[in-house]
Amino acid sequence: MKIKANLISGRTADQGAHLEAKTHKGYFDACAYCELNSADLERLGASEGDSLKVTTEFGEVVVFAKANEGNPEGLAFIPMGPWANAVLSPDTHGCGMPGFKGVPAEIEVTDEKPLEMKALMRKYLED
Amino acid sequence: MPVIKDAVCSLCGSLCDDITVTVEDNKITKIENACILGQSKFVGMFKHDRIETPMIRKDGELVPVPYEEAIEAAAKILVNSRRTLSYGWCSTSCEAVSGAIQLAEETGSVIDSTANVCHGPTALAAQEKGAPSATLGEIKNRADVIIFWGCNPVHAHPRHMVRYSSFSKGLFTEKGRKGRKMIVVDVRKTDTAKLADSYIEIEQGSDLLLVTALRSIVNGHEDVIPETIAGVPKAEVLELAETLKNAKFVCIFFGMGVTQSRSKYKNGDAMSSLISDLNQHTKAVMIGMRGHYNVTGFGQVATWETGFPMAIDFSKGYPYYNPGETGANDLLVRGEPDAAIIAAADPGAHFPQKAIRHLAKIPVIQIDPYANPTTEIADVVIPSAIVGIEAEGTAYRMDAISLRMKKLIESKFKTDEEIVKDLTAKVRELKRGA
Ligand code: SF4
Repeated sequence: MKIKANLISGRTADQGAHLEAKTHKGYFDACAYCELNSADLERLGASEGDSLKVTTEFGEVVVFAKANEGNPEGLAFIPMGPWANAVLSPDTHGCGMPGFKGVPAEIEVTDEKPLEMKALMRKYLED
Repeated sequence: MPVIKDAVCSLCGSLCDDITVTVEDNKITKIENACILGQSKFVGMFKHDRIETPMIRKDGELVPVPYEEAIEAAAKILVNSRRTLSYGWCSTSCEAVSGAIQLAEETGSVIDSTANVCHGPTALAAQEKGAPSATLGEIKNRADVIIFWGCNPVHAHPRHMVRYSSFSKGLFTEKGRKGRKMIVVDVRKTDTAKLADSYIEIEQGSDLLLVTALRSIVNGHEDVIPETIAGVPKAEVLELAETLKNAKFVCIFFGMGVTQSRSKYKNGDAMSSLISDLNQHTKAVMIGMRGHYNVTGFGQVATWETGFPMAIDFSKGYPYYNPGETGANDLLVRGEPDAAIIAAADPGAHFPQKAIRHLAKIPVIQIDPYANPTTEIADVVIPSAIVGIEAEGTAYRMDAISLRMKKLIESKFKTDEEIVKDLTAKVRELKRGA
């Protein structure tokens, strides 16, 4: 089962607390997840902690599932960081700012596990 | 055991200047008043992954080298590059920013700040329409209606509400939270929204619609408003406009929800127009919730020195500014830079994949106290002292008030300011040799 979602990214306190500790596992835990409301998670057949694959026209990334009832249906949130940026829009529409909010995404359950920070970054060197 | 009072927290744009720090054996052992982000900054420096020594990438691996060798390698990259991107400089002092601008001029580089992925559109909007503002002190003392629009201070600026806004008590706002109306406009019910008197949930990307509707109502044209706008029922929009008009002092704090969504800088532009409309009825101001503690300072210093707040291209021999063209992301996505120097910022973590892919292909010089995703693609890495803890310097709060950050402990690391001076001197030496 795949669902379509509107993807946004943003700050969280845990992400902020790891701004200067990005090599630590705490940063991975603070950023490598996608929040959906529980109705969306149910439609996906996913529980918190399951792996989700998030795909946009710009790439795909595997992150953990997290529930957040504050999200309206169809709104997906990934904390700002390398995992969110793997799938957000590089287009700045001529004003310098990339599209960090409002990127159409497809989300599905996967058996793959999220890559830790260094492995994720290594992919850019190999490309 | 020295106890240092009124230290400035160099993490977020709130720049809290009431931190008490206890130092024992040149180590910070106790922090009072800081939030979880600030705590992590002050205490974390002994636990987090410091870059201990300069490094150069050899056969794919970063290997330690003496400091002079790293400076020489970095200077060579800069001298040999035809289009260098200098990026970041926002978690450091204004003095370092000034040096970085000089280095950019010397090397004909483009220099841009983290505003490129943050409040860059706000700076653009301010240039186009202005940004009626006030100090956080004014807001603490006077604002009776506070809007948080597309921002979530509970997470991003945890002490903001207590020190300067909704929960703070001031001269004319002695009732604190009880005497103020707090409104949150956002696309999801954030932890900040949960504390508000009213929460207005808008459809993501439709901020411009809502601001324009509010302007119409404030200007006496509520008849043009449809039954729902931006996903919000008309009645709610009318009520919001009434609250704004009848306030004594309105402050709209706005964040990435406004700058990063569709319409980008036009949102800030419209917001500024709304503020000016409101000033026909009452007193109203706007303040961007700035992220890095001195991103505002970069804008200030760059504006004094070049006339522009960010995205400044020195390749023509004079400062040229056009963020959609000279912004860091646009340059990288177009594959233009052939080298990059990155300091006090982390595009590896915060730029979209296409920009990072280009960074990974070109020589990257990193100056930072900590290893981070940018280190993974850097070719020369130069460790630096942490400003506000190991080095003093000036920073600007989100309301453009400058504060002097203290040095709290000794450090073996050079400051960003010293590193940039050394680099500039080496670049000049190499150029003379050429
Ligand atoms: S709110 Fe910002 S400046 Fe104040 S203590 Fe927290 S991180 Fe530091």
